[in-house]
Amino acid sequence: MESILQVDNLEVCFRTAHGEVPAVRGASFSVRPGEVLSIVGESGSGKSVTSLSLMGLLPESARAMGSVRFDDRDLLRLNGEEMRELRGNGISMIFQEPMTSLNPVFTVGFQLMEPLRIHRDQSKKEAYREAVRLLEQVEIPEAKKRMEQFPHELSGGMRQRVMIAIALACRPKLLIADEPTTALDVTIQAQILDLIVDLKDRTGMGVILITHDMGVVAETADRVLVMYAGRVVEAAGVETLFHEPKHPYTQGLLQSVPNVDDSLYPLNSIPGYMPKPGEIQRGCPFHPRCREAVEKCRDHHPPSFAFGTEHVASCWLGEEEGEAHGGSSAG
Amino acid sequence: MAAPALVKLENLKKHYPRRSSWFRRSTGEVKAVDGISLELYAGETLGVVGESGCGKSTIGRTLIRLEKPTEGRIRFEGADITHLSSRKLKPYRRKMQMVFQDPFASLNPRQRIDDTLEEPLTIHQMLDKRARRERVWELLDEVGLDREHGERLPHEFSGGQRQRIGIARALALNPSLIVCDEPVSALDVSVQAQILKLLKSLQQKRGLSYFFISHDLGVVRHLCDRVLIMYLGQAMELASAFTLFREGQHPYTQALLSAIPRPVPGKKRERILLKGDLPSPSDPPSGCPFHTRCPEVRSVCRERRPEWKEIAPGHRIACHAR
Repeated sequence: MESILQVDNLEVCFRTAHGEVPAVRGASFSVRPGEVLSIVGESGSGKSVTSLSLMGLLPESARAMGSVRFDDRDLLRLNGEEMRELRGNGISMIFQEPMTSLNPVFTVGFQLMEPLRIHRDQSKKEAYREAVRLLEQVEIPEAKKRMEQFPHELSGGMRQRVMIAIALACRPKLLIADEPTTALDVTIQAQILDLIVDLKDRTGMGVILITHDMGVVAETADRVLVMYAGRVVEAAGVETLFHEPKHPYTQGLLQSVPNVDDSLYPLNSIPGYMPKPGEIQRGCPFHPRCREAVEKCRDHHPPSFAFGTEHVASCWLGEEEGEAHGGSSAG
Repeated sequence: MAAPALVKLENLKKHYPRRSSWFRRSTGEVKAVDGISLELYAGETLGVVGESGCGKSTIGRTLIRLEKPTEGRIRFEGADITHLSSRKLKPYRRKMQMVFQDPFASLNPRQRIDDTLEEPLTIHQMLDKRARRERVWELLDEVGLDREHGERLPHEFSGGQRQRIGIARALALNPSLIVCDEPVSALDVSVQAQILKLLKSLQQKRGLSYFFISHDLGVVRHLCDRVLIMYLGQAMELASAFTLFREGQHPYTQALLSAIPRPVPGKKRERILLKGDLPSPSDPPSGCPFHTRCPEVRSVCRERRPEWKEIAPGHRIACHAR
C-alpha cells in the first residue's frame, strides 16, 4: 500500500552555547494509511523531536535536514503559511498534557469550532453541529453541556478526549500522538488507547504513536521503530519486534519491563546511561552499554541489515545473518 | 505472621480543609485518607497502589509523621507516635526515612553530594568528623556510586544516579523503614530496572521494610510481598502479591489489573473497561466510593460503606458484592 508519509534521512540539530548538538541523526521511515506506527525510546532518544519536526514545530534554534514527503510535498521546505494550512488539516497532533495545549480562557466549543470555521469554511451553525458530533464521536457524555465548559472544568481523561476531537476536526490523514496517555491513570489510559485505535479503524488515518511504554506498543502498534541516541536502531512489525528482536538495545529494553503476570520474571537492566545529546559518538552509540559489543562496534557505526521484509536493525551482530540494507540507519 | 508489626495503623484518617479562594472560607474537607488500618512487618515490602487522588502518597507521609493525622493511631515498634512532639519524635525519625519520586527536587542544588549525605549524621550527632566521611564513602559504594561522585553537585548526575543518591541519603541513619513514593516513576525503563534491583539487594542485606507507593502494577508485582489497593482515600483490598495478582477479588482490583497494557503483542484480551472518570476526592460518592464506576454495583453500595472484612487469612476486602 502507498504510504502517506515518507521520511528519508531526517537530521535535526540544535544550536546551543556548545555548538551544534544533533538530536536526530538520520531517521528514515514511512507510515501507511490505517496503521499505527509506534516510535519507542527513552528520554533523549530523539522520538519527540522527530515528531515535532514533522509538524514544523521545532524551535527557532533547531534545523531539520533530509526529506519528509506528505501529499507530494516536502514538509521541510514549506513556508510558515503553507505549514499552518496543513496543520490540523492534513496532519494533527496530540500531546501528553492536554491542559497545556488547550487554551484556558476559551470554551471547549469555541476551540472545537475554530478549526472547522478556518480550515473547512463552515458557518457558525454548521460548525456547532459538527463540534457536537465530534464530541460524541470521542464518547464524551452530555456533549452539548461540554461545549459551554472551560478546560479546567474537565478531568484529565476528558481533556484528552477533547484534544482528540479537535485533532480530528478536519479529518487529518495522519495523527501524531506524543505520549497521549502518559499523564493519565491506567483505567483512563485503557479508554483513550481503545478510542484512538477505534477512530483509526473508522477513518483510515495513519497514526504515529510516540511512547516509552512497551505495553502500550504491544497492544496498539502495527509496526515499531526503536530509537536510541537520535538514531533508529531497529524497525519491525510488532510481533517480530517482541518475539525476535535483533538489536541488543531492543532486547535489553524488553527485559527491563517488569511483568505483571509473573513475579519471577527475571528483570535484566541495561548497565550505564544513554549518552547525552552533545556527547561525541564513536562507533555504535550503544556500544558502551552493550553486552555483546566487539572491537568493531567501538570504531565503526553499524549500517542497517535487513532480516526478511520489514525488519531492519542497525547492529554489527546482524552482519552475517542479515543483508546490507543501504543507508546508515534502519527504517 | 507471628512477629509483632513494625508499623501498625489503626483507622488512620487525614483530612485537609478545603478553602474557597474567596476570603479563604472553609468549604468542607478533602478526605485524602479515610480510615486505613494495616500492619507492616519487619523485612517486608508492602505495595500501595491506586490512581491519582487515592491518598497513597498522603498515607505514606502521614505514617512517618510528615503530616499530622486527623484521627486514628500510628504505632511504630509498638510505641504510639501519633501525637508525639517533634522533639520526642526525633529518635523515631532516624528509623523512618523516605525516598521521593523526583530526587532532584529533594537535593540542595548548591550542596556537594558528600555534604548532603553527611548532614543527617551531623544532625543526629553520630560519629566524629573522620568517621562520618568514611560512612559517606560506604554509602556511595553501597548504592553503586564512586567516591569521586561525592565531590560533585546534583545537576551533574543523570536521573538514575540522583535516585541512587536519594537512596543513599535515606540509608545514612540505618533506618528500619523506608517509605518509597513512586521512586522509579520518573526514570526510563532501562534505568528503572537498575534501581529496582538495588532496592531489592539493599533490603536483603539490611533487612529493611519498604512502604512502596506506586501506580505501576508491574513494578509492584516485581518488588512487593503484600499489596494494598486504594481508591479515593479508602482501602479496597489487601492481600499477598501472589494472591492479589492471581485472584484479586475486588471489582476495582480486577478492572485495574485488566487495564494494564501487557508487553505481549497479538493477544487481544477482554478488558473490563470502567465507565467514566475518577470522581473528585473532594466530593467522593456516598457509600462505597467505587460504586459510580463499578460493573457489579448494587443498591446497598450507594448507601453503606462496606466493612473491611477478612475473607481468607491475610486477605481483606471492602466490597458488598463479595
